[in-house]
Amino acid sequence: MIFTQEMLESMKKVEAAREANIALEPRRLTAEEKEKLLAEYHPDYREDAFGKITVGPNKGEKAPKELIEMLQAHSRISGKNIDLNKVDYEADVLVIGGGGAGSSAAIEAHAAGAKVMIVTKLRIGDANTMMAEGGIQAADKPGDSPAQHYLDVMGGGHYCNRPELVEKLVMDGPIAIKWLNELGVEFDKAEDGTMITTHGGGTSRKRMHAAADYSGAEIMRTLRDEVLNRQIPVIDFTAAIEIIKDEDGKAAGAVLMNMETGELKVARAKTVVIATGGAGRMHYQGFPTSNHYGATADGLVLGYRAGAKLLYQDTLQYHPTGVAYPAQIFGALVTEKVRSMGAKLINSEGEAYIHPLETRDVNAAGVIRECTTNGKGVNTGMGKAVWLDTPMIDMIHGKGTLEKRLPAMLRMYLKFGIDMRETPILIYPTLHYQNGGLEINKFGETCVENLFVAGEAVGGIHGRNRLMGNSLLDIIVFGRNAGQQAAARAKTTTTGALTLKHVCEYEQEMKEAGIETEAVSPKLLPDYTRKVERI
Amino acid sequence: MENMVNVYLYGKKYEVPADLTIMEAFEYAGYKLVRGVGCRNGFCGACATVYRIKGDRELKACLSCSTKVEDNMYVATLPFFPLIKEGYDIEKVKPDEQIMMQLYPEIYSCVGCNACTKACSQGLNVMQYIAHAQRGEYLKCAELSFDCVMCGICSSRCPAGISHPQVAMLARRLNGKYLAPESVHLTERVKEIEDGLCAQAMETIMGKSIEELKELYNNRDIEK
Repeated sequence: MIFTQEMLESMKKVEAAREANIALEPRRLTAEEKEKLLAEYHPDYREDAFGKITVGPNKGEKAPKELIEMLQAHSRISGKNIDLNKVDYEADVLVIGGGGAGSSAAIEAHAAGAKVMIVTKLRIGDANTMMAEGGIQAADKPGDSPAQHYLDVMGGGHYCNRPELVEKLVMDGPIAIKWLNELGVEFDKAEDGTMITTHGGGTSRKRMHAAADYSGAEIMRTLRDEVLNRQIPVIDFTAAIEIIKDEDGKAAGAVLMNMETGELKVARAKTVVIATGGAGRMHYQGFPTSNHYGATADGLVLGYRAGAKLLYQDTLQYHPTGVAYPAQIFGALVTEKVRSMGAKLINSEGEAYIHPLETRDVNAAGVIRECTTNGKGVNTGMGKAVWLDTPMIDMIHGKGTLEKRLPAMLRMYLKFGIDMRETPILIYPTLHYQNGGLEINKFGETCVENLFVAGEAVGGIHGRNRLMGNSLLDIIVFGRNAGQQAAARAKTTTTGALTLKHVCEYEQEMKEAGIETEAVSPKLLPDYTRKVERI
Repeated sequence: MENMVNVYLYGKKYEVPADLTIMEAFEYAGYKLVRGVGCRNGFCGACATVYRIKGDRELKACLSCSTKVEDNMYVATLPFFPLIKEGYDIEKVKPDEQIMMQLYPEIYSCVGCNACTKACSQGLNVMQYIAHAQRGEYLKCAELSFDCVMCGICSSRCPAGISHPQVAMLARRLNGKYLAPESVHLTERVKEIEDGLCAQAMETIMGKSIEELKELYNNRDIEK
């Protein structure tokens, strides 16, 4: 038996109410109602989960305790004597990270004539980009405009977004889609070439472009293919563990570590792009995650030790619909596109208790409220959950729609004996996205000269809450931007003698602040090995 | 007491809980994975795995992140497979039969054994999409191969040495760039942006105070 008796009984209520729930358009919450819901139930508002940073450029500010432990940990090269005169790799532009942002940056830097290389701790394409399912936003349809997109982004981000970054995001949006299309990305199109677009949570126009529910995978594999076609060197299974600077304080390379052998290498570069991605595998507040195995906030640690500032490091995105059951895929993502296509959130009593396309933070808080105070969650054995009524999709759009538009979701559940066309699925929020990150200007540069950042490691584009489909967009827009800017800078900058002095100074600052820790960082990979006595 | 099963990781026996995935079984046994692990959710193809159930004649293939362990399962992972990836300039190639003949001529040596299809971790009809590639039918090749995660198990089983995922990758890019119809609204909007026609509206909205933005946002019309 796949489902428990309790699940089956609740499922009957969901089925009984399905027709009525399809017809129902749940009321949108008012701004005040949303604020109250967030304050009471969103994990970002749980004071006990946060602490104060006590060293570095953001000293005195709030951050998740797990991140602080990594920011205030020892360097992996602490106590080691690294000969910076022995340079193993030399490039104009060093890109750290082989996901969507890093690959876009590398392609553009290469196109600009720079000698560029990618280092990545796993393989190129092993990244959250590969796992993005639902789509990519861009205001390219009649009735929509970059200004309308801007309004949605600012409202969704609670007006904390950096306006000049949002401007770049939305104005370059259609250009990014065109660029991808011309690289050969297969977007879903009607026969006349019109992009098939849908809503996402918090969008006012249907501007979500997709490639079924493999949108990120389709983009990532195309970018990877292009990187390989251009013969850009990709040093895989090699992590950057510290940024190297020159004597004037400009970024000038990185210390690299072979993930399998532990061997250290030195890469010297005229400019550096951090494109290391997100932090789901930090498991903030004990949440499961939809993220890639390597999402451990490495870039934040690297950048911070080198003197770059963080922005909104205290805000994370919990995707409202993570898999709550079965256990084998606990925390995996159920794309928002499921809701874009009409499936509603239903509690244990069969009630469509909220509008399915409120912003992610609001819907995540809503699920948590149903499962706690309201007592309308379903037991999964690992906690409570609510239903996402997936059979609605074929009822609304016709049989076969779910299979065609959501093949990855269907396959994921069928592997464990659940047919989401026939039965609803159980969901609960999962740690999905790092809203904050390293602060950049519109050229993609941090306050450390020649140190650029792109992708999920950036903070400020999405304010305090990102909308669906704006992350795939931002990795392309700001990835390309960083690559272009880093390549241009590489032509004019001069790099002095290399130094790791800033790493020693940071250790000293930690010591003076009285920090005692055995932790080392960046984390690089989570530790899921079962704990038993071992040598 | 948890329900346990015996699995043989690289031939060595471990007793693990029956509800784990193969990947989790490795971690339960004590491995800390660097190879053969990626997105952990069936999208990246890093965890290609072959297995045989003791006594069973059939060799099966899967992704270890999304396959449950079974009793008496003999497991070997395939963390890397040397696929042939030919370089090309996407701006210069044409979506005709020539390009496949030139870059991946071994596809014409397919013996029709269908081992690739049987091995596919995604359940795709691999041999059929290769047949489409042979005939220059890139749209069909693209459609049938769309869910490919490029794990490479198909190629490991191929007597003709075909690198199926790379063939399909080329077909999809040719389709996406050259065969799929142009999105006229996209071309036009990009031109509008480049001609500066969207700049004034942007400037206006960026000039609003947060209070004005809130007012606009809370009362914006939402497309049905």
